[in-house]
Amino acid sequence: MAQQPNGSHGAGGHGHSSHKGHGSFKSYLIGFLLSIVLTIIPLVAILKDLVEGTAALVVLLVTAVLQFIVQLLFFMHLNEEDKPRYNLMTLIFGLVIVLTIVAGSIWIMTNNAVAH
Amino acid sequence: MFEKIKEFASEFFVTGDPLIYGADVGIALTLISIVVVLTYFKRWGWLWREWLTSVDHKKIGIMYIIASLLMLFRGGVDALLMRTQLAMPDMQFLEPEHYNQIFTTHGVIMILFMAMPLMFGLFNIVIPLQIGARDVAYPFLNSLSFWLFFWGAMLFNMSFVIGGSPNAGWLAYPPLSELSHSPGVGQDFYIWGIQISGIGSLMTGINFIVTILKMRAPGMKLMKMPMFTWSTLSSCITIIFAFPILTVTLALLFLDRYLGAHFFTLDGGGNPMMYINLIWMWGHPEVYIVVLPAFGIFSEIVSTFSRKKLFGYKSMVFALMSISFFSFFTWAHHFFTMGSGANVNAFFAITTMIIAIPTGVKVFNWLFTMFRGRISYKSPMLWTMGFIPCFVVGGMTGVLLSVAPADFQFHNSYFLIAHFHQVLIGGVAFGYFAGLYYWWPKMFGFKLNEKLGKWAFWLWNIGFYVCFMPQYFLGLDGMTRRVSSYGWDMGWGPLNLVSTIGGFLMGIGFLFQVWQIAHSIKFMERDTTGDPWNGRTLEWSIPSPAPVYNFATLPQATEQDAWWEEKQRREQGQKPAAQPPLEPIHMPRNSGIPFIKSFCWFVAGFGFVFDWLWIAIPGLAGVAICMLIRSFTYNTDYYIPVDEIKRTEAALRGSV
Ligand code: HEM
Ligand SMILES: [Cu+2]
Repeated sequence: MAQQPNGSHGAGGHGHSSHKGHGSFKSYLIGFLLSIVLTIIPLVAILKDLVEGTAALVVLLVTAVLQFIVQLLFFMHLNEEDKPRYNLMTLIFGLVIVLTIVAGSIWIMTNNAVAH
Repeated sequence: MFEKIKEFASEFFVTGDPLIYGADVGIALTLISIVVVLTYFKRWGWLWREWLTSVDHKKIGIMYIIASLLMLFRGGVDALLMRTQLAMPDMQFLEPEHYNQIFTTHGVIMILFMAMPLMFGLFNIVIPLQIGARDVAYPFLNSLSFWLFFWGAMLFNMSFVIGGSPNAGWLAYPPLSELSHSPGVGQDFYIWGIQISGIGSLMTGINFIVTILKMRAPGMKLMKMPMFTWSTLSSCITIIFAFPILTVTLALLFLDRYLGAHFFTLDGGGNPMMYINLIWMWGHPEVYIVVLPAFGIFSEIVSTFSRKKLFGYKSMVFALMSISFFSFFTWAHHFFTMGSGANVNAFFAITTMIIAIPTGVKVFNWLFTMFRGRISYKSPMLWTMGFIPCFVVGGMTGVLLSVAPADFQFHNSYFLIAHFHQVLIGGVAFGYFAGLYYWWPKMFGFKLNEKLGKWAFWLWNIGFYVCFMPQYFLGLDGMTRRVSSYGWDMGWGPLNLVSTIGGFLMGIGFLFQVWQIAHSIKFMERDTTGDPWNGRTLEWSIPSPAPVYNFATLPQATEQDAWWEEKQRREQGQKPAAQPPLEPIHMPRNSGIPFIKSFCWFVAGFGFVFDWLWIAIPGLAGVAICMLIRSFTYNTDYYIPVDEIKRTEAALRGSV
């Protein structure tokens, strides 16, 4: 864990060092089951050829996004954060950057005269 | 057998050039003398206990600064070698191959192994003191960051004498950096040296964000933070989003070289342009990462030496934060000529010009802070005054470059070289020098000699303009970057000669700084006040050098320039608020793991460079073992008892 020499033991201390517990056994179990289910669905759907083409893509993307959310909520404890919500802000900024990287690269590279 | 060894050695060690043999001897002598001195004075234990295993942010900061000044020396020698080769047409001083290696290592070292660690050194020294904290948020991680940087830099520098240096430019564009065009190990040294130290940079970014957000003194609201703290925050935010891009890009290049992948190769569906696109997504934010803290330093200095509150605090914060945001949206201005069409170029030209606005705002803030202030021209202020005009011109030539159609003319010419040296030397180097002079007394308890400092300042400043102004004209005359020689018929001789003279003036300036430091260690009197500049922020409220725990009792900081306001109140006869009783202080324990683990990374990196798995695998195993040991170490902290604090404070403050 974080080493905080200024933790509540030192002179005065800071209000922030009162951490909430990181989830319970139940929440971890639910998270674990959900993420397994969200892994099995696309695996089976694709390997057994239950869906094809665009439908397969949609299944993959939707389960991937759900998986992402499950991880953030149950293992990263995004919703248990005190205000100000720095983790949430960082996440949003990170998503903006990722979007910029992907969309920007696609835009630049498809316009690239040399690449064609 | 003997023949085999000889053959191996002639490939393993770099041979052929007398310069290299000279360096070999120099390196061997330095190493031997370090070992002899440490053994003779029985200082090995001291070195290990007090420095190599230290998790104290002040000591880590000092080690960063020493390492970066050594790198400044190496990078500077590289620069002067290049300037000597270019001094006259048809010079025969460096072979073209050697010249390529030198401009590559010069660029990498100056940005990644000089500017970055000098910046981290200043973060380490200043931030906890300035926000009233006792250390950074993660002291163990902090030490690990430093040693990763150190061993990464060593790995990179080793290529000079073992295996051969990289030679594909500081950003290693493919296809030149691919196995097809650079079959030697130099490029692998580049990849591994940067990767290992890059992980350290990323961790430092995280560490200081958490430190600033979570460990401020009671009462210090975000909008009351000192400006250097703000600039560090904005720089670190940029780091944590930009450095992963670098890591991934270099990892892909590594896969191309090591496993025969085809991300950026010319054949097999690879696209070298993609690398250029990716690397600049890190590269442009990187230039702002290094310059933002310099802005913070200037803000502190301008306000201290003008005896005034910083003008436009809020607009300054806004400018810093918006720069770190917008710096992610301008990257394509580095390859306008790649041919992505008018729409792409227009978009990125505009975003680039937008960035110049917050930069301009800051210049006005500094000028208005100085306006009607009682300015005293001490070294830190001198460098600030040198910076402002220099950076304004550099910024304006940047705006010229951002005009996409015009850039087809300027791109990769000496005009570009002059632009970025103007912002990097005039902005970053002058800024960090100013910071070093300013916080030096806080680090060591004595000031640096002003007279020698003035010499250094004027030599650097004059040298700078003599060196780089001619380069704008050379660029306009058609001289391109990275040429190792040129003919008499080009007419570039005179301006190049002037430029070389300027380069050597800066070199002499550096020597003056070395002299200044040596002289001051010997002769400068100790500063017993802890506040030699009449400062405004919390770091000046404690003795210099600060005790291990920094603050015996945590300060209250409810206003901007908290220490200054406190001093004003005391002058008006108000008694300082009663101190709460001392309590035992909770501190992190030293640890040898960061050093050992980073060394294991170095070993693993070396193994990968030569593709010797029998070295790489033990190295990686060492890393894993270190992680395991650390996971099961529970005794990571201790308490400083109250009477020891009392004794330390009495000793430090007794003479006040
Ligand atoms: C006013 C703000 C600035 C503008 C508008 C600007 C614009 C530009 C442009 C358009 C280029 C690409 C030119 C070309 O390749 O043809 C460039 C290159 C460069 N700039 Fe700036 N710049 C600015 C500030 C800075 C700052 C503050 C730094 C560093 C502290 C910096 C460092 C660099 C570097 C290192 C390169 C060249 C890298 C290379 O090609 O190897 N610039 N700049
Ligand atoms: Cu740029």
